[in-house]
Amino acid sequence: MDLFFEFFSLQDPNIRYVLAGTILLGISAGALGCFAILRRRALVGDAVAHAILPGVCLAFIVAGGKDPFMLIIGAFIFGLLSMVTMDFITRNSRIAPDAAIGMVLSVFFGLGVVLLTFIQSTGYIDQSGLDDFLFGQAAAMVGTDVRVFGGLSLLILVLLIMAYKELKLVSFDIPFARSIGYPVKRMEFLLALLMVMTITAGIQAVGVVLMAAMLIIPAAAARYWTDSLRVMLVIAAGVGAFSGITGSFMSFTAPAMPTGPWMVVSAALMFLISFLLAPGRGEIARHVQRKKLSFKIACENILKTIYSLEEADGRTDRVRTCGELAKKRHIPERKLQKVLTSLLKKGLIAWYRGNPDGYVLTVTGRDEAQRLVRVHRLWEQYLNQQLHIAEDHVHEDAESMEHLITSDIEDQLRRSLGSPALDPHKSKIPYKDDGGKGGRPGSKLPDGDNRINNDPEEYPLKPGKSDKDHKKREGRS
Amino acid sequence: MTNVNPPHTGKQNPPIEVHDLTVAYEQKPVLWDIDFELPESKMTAIVGPNGAGKSTLIKAAMGLIPSSAGYTLIYGKPLDKQRRNVAYVPQRESVDWNFPISVMDVVLMGRYPHLRLFQRPSRKDREIATESLKQVGMEEYAKRQISQLSGGQQQRVFLARALAQDAAIYLLDEPFAGVDAATETVIFNKLQELRTLNKTVVVVHHDLQSVPDNFDWVMLLNLRMVAFGPVDTTFTDENLQKTYGGRLNILSQMVERSRQQRFIRETES
Ligand SMILES: Nc1ncnc2c1ncn2[C@@H]1O[C@H](COP(=O)(O)OP(=O)(O)OP(=O)(O)O)[C@@H](O)[C@H]1O
Ligand SMILES: [Mg+2]
Repeated sequence: MDLFFEFFSLQDPNIRYVLAGTILLGISAGALGCFAILRRRALVGDAVAHAILPGVCLAFIVAGGKDPFMLIIGAFIFGLLSMVTMDFITRNSRIAPDAAIGMVLSVFFGLGVVLLTFIQSTGYIDQSGLDDFLFGQAAAMVGTDVRVFGGLSLLILVLLIMAYKELKLVSFDIPFARSIGYPVKRMEFLLALLMVMTITAGIQAVGVVLMAAMLIIPAAAARYWTDSLRVMLVIAAGVGAFSGITGSFMSFTAPAMPTGPWMVVSAALMFLISFLLAPGRGEIARHVQRKKLSFKIACENILKTIYSLEEADGRTDRVRTCGELAKKRHIPERKLQKVLTSLLKKGLIAWYRGNPDGYVLTVTGRDEAQRLVRVHRLWEQYLNQQLHIAEDHVHEDAESMEHLITSDIEDQLRRSLGSPALDPHKSKIPYKDDGGKGGRPGSKLPDGDNRINNDPEEYPLKPGKSDKDHKKREGRS
Repeated sequence: MTNVNPPHTGKQNPPIEVHDLTVAYEQKPVLWDIDFELPESKMTAIVGPNGAGKSTLIKAAMGLIPSSAGYTLIYGKPLDKQRRNVAYVPQRESVDWNFPISVMDVVLMGRYPHLRLFQRPSRKDREIATESLKQVGMEEYAKRQISQLSGGQQQRVFLARALAQDAAIYLLDEPFAGVDAATETVIFNKLQELRTLNKTVVVVHHDLQSVPDNFDWVMLLNLRMVAFGPVDTTFTDENLQKTYGGRLNILSQMVERSRQQRFIRETES
């Protein structure tokens, strides 16, 4: 805990430096990564990051030790070289892009490891800090390093903001961009250049092996939260910055440990949170939506079941028992209870005690059930008439479509079919406006009256007292 | 849209001239020696069977894909000097409709040719974009993300982007693919309106029945140009037979054979 306060009090100028560097890096990598994943270039980023290693080693050899400017030049040359090689291979051979990317990644990285071992074996060169470039070591950054690498990140950010409109266009619609004479080739080159720059800026803090993750993960997490590119860039930058802070903190508390893995793990944590919790697209939100939809469907199906029982015996004044409904619908008792409770609450059905206990549709409930039956049969008729699907194949589809058909679509169906009287199975299609004569079997109730017009001899009914009562009784049946 | 007269350099220069255009994918020609001049302020349909090279013709004429021979002139000037005057509406499948971008942003791209590099769209540009959306009946969707649109709505957004470009020539690649009757009417009306504003409109089209009623000129294409001229004289059964009577067409047989013999990547386009 002391360490925590010591770190975040920012007393130590060194900490301030390192923190500024990693935050800047996180921001620029996160933002640029959005373009990389939207243009499906994430793997290219990984290959470039690995391919930079020989450049780093050569910079050590030439400078005789660690020198930030040399490092940038070396990394840059090898980053671009690897891009050109990938491009050349895909253009001039029948090798598919993914294979070309894999080849460049492993060959360049292999070369880098060879150079690394060579440097370690000679002993002539000051090799301290060389290992850090594999997995990153933020704390190893001294003043000049931060200025150089941080400056590079800042430059990337400025370029990204300046060319935002152009980069958006090229990422979205290249044919259109070409058609209006935009310099697409140059824009693509700029993006490639920015990617190499970002990766170069990250070799000290994150290292070549994991740098690609800092491009990909924040952007992938950000995509869960928004549908706007601008917002996505900001969120990705934020996730990147957060990883940057975590990275420097870990590097400060545990200097022996490399920083890169910590940064990647904290970015991944943010991704996991987005994946689970993001509204709308996150897994939990989607699960809740699915549950809601499936419950709504179950409710509507029960309404329809009661309605079809009414249709069958022509009696609206007769209660339908829980067991009757469960048998008809093949629905587990417990779920049925929940559904019935919800329907009762919405006033779509009413519960009556008597012998036996059971449910009847209220007037609004009957209207709703009728609507469902109507769109179901309209849909069947539509499939049969206009899409020429045999009448014995239309029911299943209508079973699911009836829950999705809006009143707008219903109107369209009616217009295009001319409000047919019968469905393909010769069942009557119930319309609201046919005065209760057509599809409303035995509907003798005046509108607005949801009392039961029962026959006391046959079904001696009394309205149930309360919800609790209803539950108690149902529990027994 | 304002009634801008096309930038004539004398009446004799047609909106588009294409000269000896030949296009090959991986050494196999798919368009042979196409040569034509589009008439001014007319609506032209390009028709032909699948794989006839209709999209290829438009793309190559716009310089979007390399051609092995031939060149395009716009009002007598090289294409690259005139791009702002040509609005191209790609096939709908050419972009990723899950891209995080709003309808408004897509339509605003139509203003880019009027902006300098790195210059942001102004309020005026936004007004023009809103107006274009209105013209295709999509103004309520301005803030929507494009993945929430139906196929017909996507097509309208693409048309609105072209309208926002305020060009003299409109090239549309299958704007009616997968749209319902209502959208079809909206698009046709809009195109007809463009013609009355003296714009030149070219449409790659699949529905042969609607050609005589809606178009002035027609180009029949099947790897070569079978016929090109006013609908009345060109859109004849004989010409259609020549275009669509696949089996008799030696050229397409040869293309088919060469395709079978060599490995070809169809997916890249
Ligand atoms: N990128 C490509 N690489 C190789 N061959 C291609 C490529 N694009 C198109 N082709 C081939 O060129 C021919 C013409 O294609 P094009 O897309 O121009 O046809 P089209 O007339 O637009 O067809 P459709 O009506 O299906 O849109 C086809 O045979 C197609 O297989
Ligand atoms: Mg096509």
